[in-house]
Amino acid sequence: MKNRKKESKLKKKILKKQKSTREKKIYYLTYTTQKITLKHTYYYSVVPFFELKFSSPVVVKMRGATSSGGSGDGGMADSAPAKRNSRKPQYSRFTQQELPACKPILTPGWVIATFVGVGIIFIPIGLIALFASEHVVEIVDRYDKDCIPPNYSNASLQYIQSSKTNKTCTRTLTVPKQMKSPVFIYYELDNFYQNHRRYVKSRSDKQLRSKAGESDTDNCKPEAVTSTNAPIVPCGLVAWSLFNDTYGFSLKNKALDVSKKNIAWKSDQDYKFGSDVYPKNFQSGGLIGGAKLNSSIPLSEQVDLIVWMRTAALSTFRKLYGRIEVDLEANDIITVTIQNNYNTYSFGGKKKLVLSTTSWIGGKNDFLGRAYLTVGGLCLFLAVSFLLVYVIKPRPLGDPAYLSWNKNPTGQMSWNS
Amino acid sequence: MTRRSLHFSKLYSFSCCKSSFKEDHAQIGQKGYSRVVYCNDPDNTEAIQLNYRGNYVSTTKYTAANFIPKSLFEQFRRVANIYFLVVACVSFSPLAPYTALSVLAPLIVVIGATMAKEGVEDWRRRKQDIEANNRKVRVYGKNYTFNESKWKNLRVGDLVKVSKDEYFPADLLLLSSSYEDGICYVETMNLDGETNLKLKHALEVTSSLRDEESFKNFVAVVRCEDPNENLYSFVGTLHYNGNQYPHYNGSQYPLLPQQVLLRDSKLKNTEYIYGVVIFTGHDTKVMQNAVDPPSKRSKIERKMDKIVYILFSMLISISFIGSVFFGIETKRDISGGKYRRWYLRPDATTVFYDSRRASLAAFFHFLTGLMLYGYLIPISLYVSIEIVKVLQCLFINQDQEMYYEETDRPSHARTSNLNEELGQVDTILSDKTGTLTCNSMEFVKCSIAGIAYGRGMTEVERALAGRRSDGPLENDGNLSDQPDDDGDTFYSRKQIKGFNFRDKRIMNGHWVNEPHSDVIQKFFRVLALCNTAVPEKDKESGEIFYEAESPDEAAFVIAAREVGFELFERKQTRISLHELDPETAKIFDRTYELLQVLEFSSSRKRMSVIVRSEENDLLLLCKGADSVMLERLSEGGRLFEAKTKDHVKRYAEAGLRTLVVAYREIGEDEYTIWEKEFSKAKATVTADRDVLVDEIADKIEKDLVLLGATAVEDKLQKKVPECIEKLAHAGIKIWVLTGDKMETAINIGYACSLLRQEMKQIIITLDTPEIEALEKQGDKDAVSKASLVSVTEQIRDGKSQLNSAKESSLTFGLVIDGKSLSFALDKSLEKKFLELALGCASVICCRSTPKHKALVTRLVKTQTGKTTLAIGDGANDVGMLQEADIGVGISGVEGMQAVMASDFSIAQFYFLERLLLVHGHWCYRRISMMICYFFYKNLTFGFTLFWFEAYTSFSGQPAYNDWYMSFYNVFFTSLPVIALGVFDQDVSARLCLKYPLLYQEGVQNILFSWPRILGWMCNAVLSSIIIFFFTTNSMINQAFRRDGQVVDYGILGATMYTCVVWTVNCQMALSINYFTWIQHFFIWGSTAFWYIFLVIYGSISPIVSTTAHRVLVEACSPSPLYWLVTLLVVIATLLPYFSYRAFQSRFRPMYHDIIQIHRRSEGAETEISGELPTSVWRKIHQLKEKLEQRNQ
Repeated sequence: MKNRKKESKLKKKILKKQKSTREKKIYYLTYTTQKITLKHTYYYSVVPFFELKFSSPVVVKMRGATSSGGSGDGGMADSAPAKRNSRKPQYSRFTQQELPACKPILTPGWVIATFVGVGIIFIPIGLIALFASEHVVEIVDRYDKDCIPPNYSNASLQYIQSSKTNKTCTRTLTVPKQMKSPVFIYYELDNFYQNHRRYVKSRSDKQLRSKAGESDTDNCKPEAVTSTNAPIVPCGLVAWSLFNDTYGFSLKNKALDVSKKNIAWKSDQDYKFGSDVYPKNFQSGGLIGGAKLNSSIPLSEQVDLIVWMRTAALSTFRKLYGRIEVDLEANDIITVTIQNNYNTYSFGGKKKLVLSTTSWIGGKNDFLGRAYLTVGGLCLFLAVSFLLVYVIKPRPLGDPAYLSWNKNPTGQMSWNS
Repeated sequence: MTRRSLHFSKLYSFSCCKSSFKEDHAQIGQKGYSRVVYCNDPDNTEAIQLNYRGNYVSTTKYTAANFIPKSLFEQFRRVANIYFLVVACVSFSPLAPYTALSVLAPLIVVIGATMAKEGVEDWRRRKQDIEANNRKVRVYGKNYTFNESKWKNLRVGDLVKVSKDEYFPADLLLLSSSYEDGICYVETMNLDGETNLKLKHALEVTSSLRDEESFKNFVAVVRCEDPNENLYSFVGTLHYNGNQYPHYNGSQYPLLPQQVLLRDSKLKNTEYIYGVVIFTGHDTKVMQNAVDPPSKRSKIERKMDKIVYILFSMLISISFIGSVFFGIETKRDISGGKYRRWYLRPDATTVFYDSRRASLAAFFHFLTGLMLYGYLIPISLYVSIEIVKVLQCLFINQDQEMYYEETDRPSHARTSNLNEELGQVDTILSDKTGTLTCNSMEFVKCSIAGIAYGRGMTEVERALAGRRSDGPLENDGNLSDQPDDDGDTFYSRKQIKGFNFRDKRIMNGHWVNEPHSDVIQKFFRVLALCNTAVPEKDKESGEIFYEAESPDEAAFVIAAREVGFELFERKQTRISLHELDPETAKIFDRTYELLQVLEFSSSRKRMSVIVRSEENDLLLLCKGADSVMLERLSEGGRLFEAKTKDHVKRYAEAGLRTLVVAYREIGEDEYTIWEKEFSKAKATVTADRDVLVDEIADKIEKDLVLLGATAVEDKLQKKVPECIEKLAHAGIKIWVLTGDKMETAINIGYACSLLRQEMKQIIITLDTPEIEALEKQGDKDAVSKASLVSVTEQIRDGKSQLNSAKESSLTFGLVIDGKSLSFALDKSLEKKFLELALGCASVICCRSTPKHKALVTRLVKTQTGKTTLAIGDGANDVGMLQEADIGVGISGVEGMQAVMASDFSIAQFYFLERLLLVHGHWCYRRISMMICYFFYKNLTFGFTLFWFEAYTSFSGQPAYNDWYMSFYNVFFTSLPVIALGVFDQDVSARLCLKYPLLYQEGVQNILFSWPRILGWMCNAVLSSIIIFFFTTNSMINQAFRRDGQVVDYGILGATMYTCVVWTVNCQMALSINYFTWIQHFFIWGSTAFWYIFLVIYGSISPIVSTTAHRVLVEACSPSPLYWLVTLLVVIATLLPYFSYRAFQSRFRPMYHDIIQIHRRSEGAETEISGELPTSVWRKIHQLKEKLEQRNQ
C-alpha cells in the first residue's frame, strides 16, 4: 500500500514536470523495485545508430516554417494526460457511424415482388385510365383549309390578310355519341410557337395587373408603345397576336349558347389581370395582329385574352373557347359558323375546332392508359424473365466460395482466414 | 544544473579555420555577396540605410487587404467557376434565358462558402505566425545587458543570447558559447530531418566574449552572401577590431557554415550561446527554403475534372446543335418579303432574333444555350464534395477504434482531399523503425566471452519459432535448467525502458561468479564508457538519467548501470563510474581520464574512446558492427571469435541489432606518436580532412581483443503482423524501406508476416567479395561499373526465376540493399527493377537512405500509375511521405516532422488496417457514388431542358420557372447526395475487416470506372427522355382535369419538375445501401420541400412567381392526371436502373453485393447475436465511464 501511495505521488510530480518540460521530448518512466523507487529518463532520437547518414543535400520542404517551432498542430505537442483532457473521441452512434439503419438488399424475393407489385398496380390503373379516356366524346374538325374559298385555294395568305374577303365559313359536325354537358369548345392551333422565347417574354405582368404599371412596357417591344409613345395596354406580342376566329353554334337551326364563364383560371382573373386596367391603344398601330378588345371592359373580364395569355407549352395546343351547357345527343348535327380571321396560313399551322366532354381524367388521351399498361406489362415480363433466369441459372448467393478474386495477384487469398 | 565548461574541441574532430581565403570569399562585396552586417550596432546610420527586412515572419496566403481580390482570383482559377461567372455576367443581358439573380445567387453562395473556408484556414496560419513572432529572445541592449524582446523585433546586427533547448530566432553568427572554446550543439531536425546533434563552433577570436561586460565594446562587421536557400553553405568574412585583442586589429576572418546557426534549429547540450543576427525573417535560410507542401489531389478528383470536360463539350455541342436549328428557323421567318411566323414580328426585332442576320442571331443563341444548359455542370458539386469530405474527416478523427490510449492520440486527417484515395491504395511503402517497430530499444541479450546471456524470446523469435517449428531459439542450452517462474517474477518487477535483459547469472551481481568474470567486467565497462551519453542528475530525487544520441546508446548505458557499472558523471576529460568490485562486492567510484573520442560514422561503422584508467593503463574501448570489428581483432583477441560470430548471426536472425564489443591496451609510446599524428590530421583544412582523420583513427583501432557482442531488440508494434496479413489479403502490396541491415530486415519481415516460409526470396546485394575487393582498391569508377553489371545480372536472374515460376503458385519476396538500390534506380535499370519488384509479393529495401525512400516511392507512383501510400514516423520519412499519393504519419514518440508532412496521422501502424479497409473503402465508395449520382441528377435535369427547347424551335426558352431551376441544386436534390456521401455504407465496418478483398473494388476502381460513369450518364439521358416524353404526351392538348382546363407552359413545367425531383430522389433511394433516419429525412424531406416550395412560391405576387403562381394549389393538385403522370413517370424512369441492379446483383454480383447477401443469409447468427450485444456492451461501458468520472 505504501508503495502505491508513493507511486501516485510520484506520478503527480511527473505530471507537473512534464508540463514544464513540454519542449523536451523526454520520457519519464516509473518503476518500483522492492526497495527503491527510481526514475529514468533518456533522450530519444530518430535515426538508428547505425543507419547510413543522409549525405546528399536535401531541399527542405516545410509546411509553414513557423509551425515547426514546437507549437505543433492539432495539439500534438500537448501531452497533458489528465483524464478529462483526454483526446479520446466521445462515443456517439453518429460519430462511430453506427446509427440504426435499414440495409435493403435486392433479394430475388424482393425483386419479383416489386416487379409483380408494380404490374399489379399499373395494369388496373391503365385500364381505368383507358376506360375513362374512351368514355370521353370528342369531335375534332380541322377547318383551316376547308374554309378557304376555292378561288383562293392557292392564295390563302392573301385571302386571310385581305380585309375585304368574306371570312364566314359554315361547318357541320355530327355528334358521334351522346355528349353530356358541359361540352367544352376548344380551338386547336398547330405549329404555333407560343413557347418561343421572344414571344413568351413579350408581355408585362405589371401592366396587366394594375393601372399603376401601365407604362411598364420594357419587355413588350415592338408592341410596347404607339407611334406617339403612348403605352399600349395590354402590350406585347402575346396580346397583340390574340386569336380572333369566332364560332357560332346552332343545333337544328337553333342557336346554341356558348358560355364563356370560368374558361379562364380564377387566379388569373383575380391576381394577374387587374379589374382597373382597360385596354388602351390596343391594335391601333399599322399592323394589326389579331383580335381587338373592347376598351370598356377591364382586362380581368377579357376572358379570351386571359386564356390566350396563358402561353402554351408546346407548339400544338388547344385553348378553351367556351362551353355548351346543354347535352348533345348522338347523331345531332351541329352547324358551326366560323369567322375565319386568324392567320395561320403564313406559317402553315392547322386550325381545328374541338368539342369535347371530360371525365375525371380530363379530355380524351389514350397515351396515359397505354403507358400504364405498357410499364405494368413490362414489369410483369421482367418478373417472369427474372424468375426464369433464376430457375435456369440458380446460384447460391452469399456463398463465400464465390468470393474469390479473379485477378488475385498471389493466388493465396481465402475468405475464411 | 552544473555549468559544464568542457573543451570539447580536444575530443571532437573539428578545425578552426584561420587560414586561406577560399575562392568564394574573394567574391564578397560583389553581386550576390553584398550583405553587410554591423554587429551589435543595428542603429548605425549605415545599417539603417541598408534597410534589411525585420524578423517578422508571415506564412499566410492572404492579408486583410488582399484577401477579397486574391481569394476571388483563386476561386476563379477553377474552370467551372469561371464559366458560372461568365454566365452570371451575361445573364444581365437580354441573352439570358432566365433572370440574372437566379443564376447569381447560387454562384455567390458557392464562392462565398469556399472563400470562408480559405479565410478560416488562413486565420489559423496567422495565429501560428503570431505565436512564432511573439516568442521571447534576449537581446543585448543599450544598457549593456540582455533584455527580453520579441522575435519579430529582432534586427540585423542584434546581439542575442540563446539558451539550451531554445530555437534560434533568426540566422545567427555564433560568437561564443558556454564552452570555453566556443562550440555548441545544434539539432537541425526541423531543417533536414536529421536528429543527430551537429557541432558548430565560433571563431577563436570571438569565443572569449563570454559575459555581458565583454560585449560593451564589441563592434564588428560581417560581409557575407545575400539570402539564399542553400542550407549547407555560407560565405562571409568578419571584420573585427576587438579591443581585447589588439593584435587582431582590423583583421578579416573568413566565416564558414560552421559559424552559422540557422533559424528553427535548436540549441542542445549547451547552456547558452551568444550570436549576432545576420539574416532575419524571410531572409533566413529556412524561410527561403519554405516551399508549400505538394498539393495532392485524389485520382477520383482528377478523373472528375475529365468528366467535367466531357460535360463541357456536351454542353457546347448541344448548344451548337440548338443554335444551328435556331438559325435555320429564324432565317425562314422572312422569306421573300413574307413573314412566316408573323406573331414574332420578325420585321421589328432585336439582333438576337433577326432573321436577316440569322447567323449572328444563331451565335448569340449559342451563348444563350451555354447558359441554359449550365445545369449539366453541377455548380454545387465542388462545394458538396468539400462538405462531404470535411464530415468524412470528422468520422476519421472521431473513430474510437483508431484512438490510442497510451499516448492519448486519436487519428487525425490533416487534409480532407484524399479521403477517397485511401480506398484505392495499391502499394504501401512503409518505414520500419518506429513504424512497424516501436523504436524502443531494449537490451535483451549479450554474448560475453563466447557465452550467450539473456533469456526470453523476442517477438521475432516467436515468429521464427512458428516458422521453423523446430522449437524456440535456445539460449546456448545453458539456461534450460533455470525454472521458468523465476524468470517471470524477475520480469514482473523489472520494467525499465530500454532494458529487458533477464539472466540470473549476470544480474544482481551474480556475474562475479561466472567463469569469465573479468571479461564480463570489461564488457560492461566498455558499454559504460564507450558512448557520448551525458548523465544528468535529477536534483529532487538524486536519480540519474541519460541524454544519449540514440536509443541504442541509451540502452547500453542503462544495461551497464543495471549490471553495476553506473555512469554518473561525465566531465570534459573525465568519466566516473560507480563500479562493483568483484572481490569485495562493494560499490566504489572509478574515474577514467577521457583522452580521445573517435566518433561514429556510417563509413566507419564503429566508435571508440581512449581512456586512461586509474591504474594508468591506456585503453581503447571500441564497439561497432561485426563486419568491421572482427577483422580488426588481434591474434590473441580471437579467443571467442567463432562462438561470438555464431551468436551474432543468431541474434541477427532473431531480428536483433548487434554490436561487437572489443578493447585493447595501448602502449604509452604508441599513443603519444599516434596522438600527434591525429591532432595534426584534425588541424588540417583540406577537403580530404575527414578521410585523413579516419585513416589515422584506423591505425589505432586494430589488434583488438574481443569481449563479446550485444543484442538490442527493436520491438514490433502492437498487432503489426495481423495488420500486414489483412492488408495482404486485401491485395495491397507492402514494401518495407528500412535503414537496417539485411539480416535484421529479413527477420523483421518474417516477424510481421511480410515474408512467409513458403515464399522464395530473391536477394539483390552488392556485398559480394568481388565488389568488396574492388572497393578496397579504391577505384570508384571500376566499382560502380562492376556494381551496375552485378545488379543488372541479379535483376535479370530474379526475373527469369519469376517467369519460370509463373505457372506454379510460388510467391516471391524481394530483398534489396541500399547500394544495389542506388544502381537499380538508375534510369536504365529502373523499369526492369520495377517489373521484378511488382512480380514479388513483398519487397524489402534495406540500408536505404531517406533519398532512396523518396525515389522508390516516386518510381512506384509514376511507373505503375497506381496509388501509393507511404507510412513513416521519422523525419527521414518526410520525403517519402510527400512523394507518395498519400502520406501517413505515425504520431508516436518521435518528433512532429513526419506528422507535419503527412496527410493522415495515426498513432499505431495497425490503425492503418481500419483506416484503409473501413474508412478508405467507405470514403471511396461514397465519393465515387456521389459524383456519379451528381452527374446523373444534373444531366437528367439538363436534358429535359434540351428536349423542351427543341420543342420551342430552339428559341432558348427554359422548361421551368427561373427559381425552380436555381433551387434545383441547392434545395431539392443536394442534401440527399450529401447524406449519401457522408453516411452510406455498403457493408458494416466489421464485414469490411472480415472480407478484406472487398477493398479491391477501390484498387481496381470499379465504382468509378468509365463504363460505370457512362452508364450513369446514359441512365440520365434515358430518364430525361422518359420524363419529357411521357409527361408531354400524356398531358398535352386535351383537358387535364374535369373542368376542361388545358395544360399551359407553367403547368407542364411544374409537372415535369415534379417528376424530375421525384425521380432523382427516388433514384438516390434506390442506390443507397444504408438508410438511417437522416437519409429518410433528407430524401423525403427534399421531395416534400418541393411541394412546400411550390405552395409558398405560388402564393406570392404573380409579378415574382410568374408562371408558378398558384400552380400547385389551383391547377395541379385538383387534377388526378397530374398525380397519375407523376407516378407513371417516376416508376418508368426508375425501372431501367432497378432492373439492371436486380439482374446484376443477382447474376453478376459485385463483391459488396455478395457480402451483403452473405451477411443476410448468416444474418440470423451474426448480425443479431454479434452486433447487438456489442452496442449494448458499449452502452454499459459508457455508463461505467460516466460513473467513474462522477466519482472522481
